[in-house]
This record gives sequence, C-alpha cells and structure tokens, in this order.
Amino acid sequence: MAIEVRVPTVLRKHTAGERRVSGDGDHLRELINDLGHRHNGLKTALVADDGNLHRFINVYVNDEDVRFMKGIDTPLSDGDVVSILPAVAGG
Amino acid sequence: MTPVQSGREFHLDRSTHDDLITHARSDAPYEVCGLLAGVDGRLMAHYRIPNAARSMTFYNMDPKAMLAAMNEMDDNEWDLLGIYHSHTHTEAYPSNTDIELAFYADAVYVIVSLQDPQAPHIRAFDIVDGAVRERTVVIDGERSAPFPAGAPAGNT
Repeated sequence: MAIEVRVPTVLRKHTAGERRVSGDGDHLRELINDLGHRHNGLKTALVADDGNLHRFINVYVNDEDVRFMKGIDTPLSDGDVVSILPAVAGG
Repeated sequence: MTPVQSGREFHLDRSTHDDLITHARSDAPYEVCGLLAGVDGRLMAHYRIPNAARSMTFYNMDPKAMLAAMNEMDDNEWDLLGIYHSHTHTEAYPSNTDIELAFYADAVYVIVSLQDPQAPHIRAFDIVDGAVRERTVVIDGERSAPFPAGAPAGNT
C-alpha cells in the first residue's frame, strides 16, 4: 500500500531534500513508523514522547486535518496523500 | 510586486506594505496573520490566513487555509519568504512565544504593530534557533524610518 507524503521544506533535511516521499501503513501511526525507518529523524520531528503528534505539527490526510479525524490513529487507504506542516503560530 | 530581497534587508512594495497594515486593522484588537511567497526574493503572492486563535495575544494559522496556501506555493515552486502577524497593543518585536514557535527558519518573520493606531509600523526579523536578528525593512527601495534607540521589547 503506497501513501504519498508531502514533506515541507523544514523537514527535507530528513529526506535528502525530497519534496515527496512514499510510505506504507494502515493508519497514520504505522505510516510514521515506516517513514521513520526510511528517513532518519523524521519520526521524532512528528511524534512526541507520549506517542501522539507534536502539538505544533499539523498532519493532513487528503487535505483534512487529522485532529478532526482520529489523530495519529487516522486510517489510511492506498492512494491517500498525507501532508505535514509545522504550525505557524506565535504571540 | 517586484521587490528583491538582499542581505539583511526585507523588501516590500508599497502596496503590499499597505495591505499588511489594512489587514492588521481589519480585525483589531485581534491579531491577524498571513504568508508572503515569491521567487528569489521577489514577492509573488500575499495570503491572508485566518487566525484560528482569534486572540489579542496569540495567533495560530488556520491549518486548512495554511495548507492550501503552502500547496499553491509548492505547485508554483515559490518559496515562503515571509510570515507575518500583527501586534495590536505592543511593539513590532518578537515575543517570547514568537521566538519559541518560529519553526520556519528560512522565512522572515514580519510583525505589524498597531501600538500607535495613528502610526502603524512594520519590522522584520530572522528567528533561527532562538536567536533574533532584525532586518531593515525597505519599501519600494527606500529604507523605512529608523527605529528610536531602545525600542525593542514586546510581550504579547
């Protein structure tokens, strides 16, 4: 099962500069584990110590924010596109 | 839009400069935010992004609107040149929260201050690994008025 992942500029240091990578997983957590094996450092950039997504990382499946789905347990299907963006926030 | 970025300056054309101030005023006293995109420092697009926090002291770009803008930049092979937000009651200087949450080291952080409603102003900064370095804002090729010495802090 192939999931396309759009990688933002700030995380391309983990993907040898690639803008798009692919991975496998029945849900987001599996995909991130798979990406972590393929791209060193990517998993820790996305997942906090408690196993959930970092608070200031936005992850989208087919342009939908996973916070409004099942977060890191959001199911994935072949052909889905996952986008990652660090939040833009401040005071 | 035809400005070119160079060195430690941040170039804006007058119309974008004025648009940023208009945007900042449009939802005062709440903070507004947005993105500036371009190629080789030339500004190509200005995105107003809703502030999901709709707060006087915090902004958090609406995730879906931000994704749409970022995808358009990516599709056009534009770079993210600037990230802007407003400070409605304080100086145009990065707050501790701004520094802590500055995840986009390649972008210039632009702050529009409405502290003096009659004299809004814009300052620009590189924020990399917690270090803040100011850039000179250049509008249509002219350096904006220098800041009074000792006017940095802002704590929203």
